[in-house]
Amino acid sequence: MDSSKNGPVSAHRHLPAEPELRVKALEEILVRKGLVEPAALDAIIDMYQNRIGPRNGARVVARAWSDPDFRNALLADASDAIAGMGYAGRQGEHITAVENTANTHNIVVCTLCSCYPWPLLGIPPGWYKSDEYRARAVREPRKVLAEFGVTLPEDKAVRVWDSTAEMRYIVVPERPSGSAGMDEDALAELVTRDSMIGTGLPMEPQR
Amino acid sequence: MTRVHDMGGRFGYGAVLPEPDETVFEEAWHSRALALTLAAGALGHWNIDMSRHARERLHPREYARFSYFEKWLAALANLLVETGEVEDSDLLPGGGGQTPKPLSSRALRAENVSDLLGRGSPTTRDWQGSARFSVGDSVRAHRLAENRLVPGGHTRLPAYAAGACGRVLRHHGFHVFPDSNAHGLGEAPQPLYAVAFPAAELWVNPEHPHDEVVLDLWESYLEPMP
Repeated sequence: MDSSKNGPVSAHRHLPAEPELRVKALEEILVRKGLVEPAALDAIIDMYQNRIGPRNGARVVARAWSDPDFRNALLADASDAIAGMGYAGRQGEHITAVENTANTHNIVVCTLCSCYPWPLLGIPPGWYKSDEYRARAVREPRKVLAEFGVTLPEDKAVRVWDSTAEMRYIVVPERPSGSAGMDEDALAELVTRDSMIGTGLPMEPQR
Repeated sequence: MTRVHDMGGRFGYGAVLPEPDETVFEEAWHSRALALTLAAGALGHWNIDMSRHARERLHPREYARFSYFEKWLAALANLLVETGEVEDSDLLPGGGGQTPKPLSSRALRAENVSDLLGRGSPTTRDWQGSARFSVGDSVRAHRLAENRLVPGGHTRLPAYAAGACGRVLRHHGFHVFPDSNAHGLGEAPQPLYAVAFPAAELWVNPEHPHDEVVLDLWESYLEPMP
């Protein structure tokens, strides 16, 4: 592609307007042309539907809570630390972990598209990709957090990470106070997807 | 001067609607659109910056109207035509020829999916240059958030940060430069920095005096502060 490819493009308007028919039509064209193997599409969907998702990130956070050496390694070079757990790849080639503390709450957004750490959290939820979140998370993160039921103490600063490059961010939330003595598997159960984006907090252990 | 995708800070939107934790694809066609985009990308005609730019180049009214994966589909169809992989007329009803062709040697095979996704496409490059800025330096983002190589071209400096002053928080190494790579002008790696901007530097009415927004910005988006 050359640099002249910069204007608006309308070829897609030849396809059916209704999205379900549109994707079906495009798939049929590419399969007839020998450019796409339907089994490869099934394999990609299986990967993100069943194998790669927020439980991966939850295991990383639980280990960071349990193992101080791993926590330090994760905060120093998250890509390297999570590769040791088998997590790497598309839309997670470069990862930084940011830790919530008593003074700072982190929240992640992508205002320009919907960049998200796929190997750790899977495909982003609808709200993360919404115009509302993309527009508002940087300007009024506290109002957005309130819509998720999260209210921060007045003395805690919010740091919003706008994923404008190929660095992907995962939030390491604060470990719940009632979780002393729990093992890594049990801790991972407390870690929600939203707590690793920064729009939620981990669950409190059941007593 | 901005395109419609540059949404950070825009007024007028309503509440964000949280969803249950484990929703992956809200509609079955979403998963098909994602898979088709990844499989077609594996044909090797375009890089991630070109595919982002293809979405951003959609007509502003279409960009605003389309749902997320509709943007992907429209951009994919446009890219396939632009790169000559399919003809414009193939996209019309009954297009694409009635005699199926055998699977191309370039097509992604199911057995290679796991490798492809696991490998990804790292954007760091070994580069022998030096970084102009150090952690802690005060910097200012360019006043005009536009591509300086191609008029109206792809860029990753959001308009809301244009002209704002911040400080370098992290140095991420040398990364492929999207403003060049999106237009086939080479990877042109540059130092990439996480730059923290006080909310009061970006918004007239910040929510809290201590809040910050951090952006990952390439060196050529930044100038030193005196």
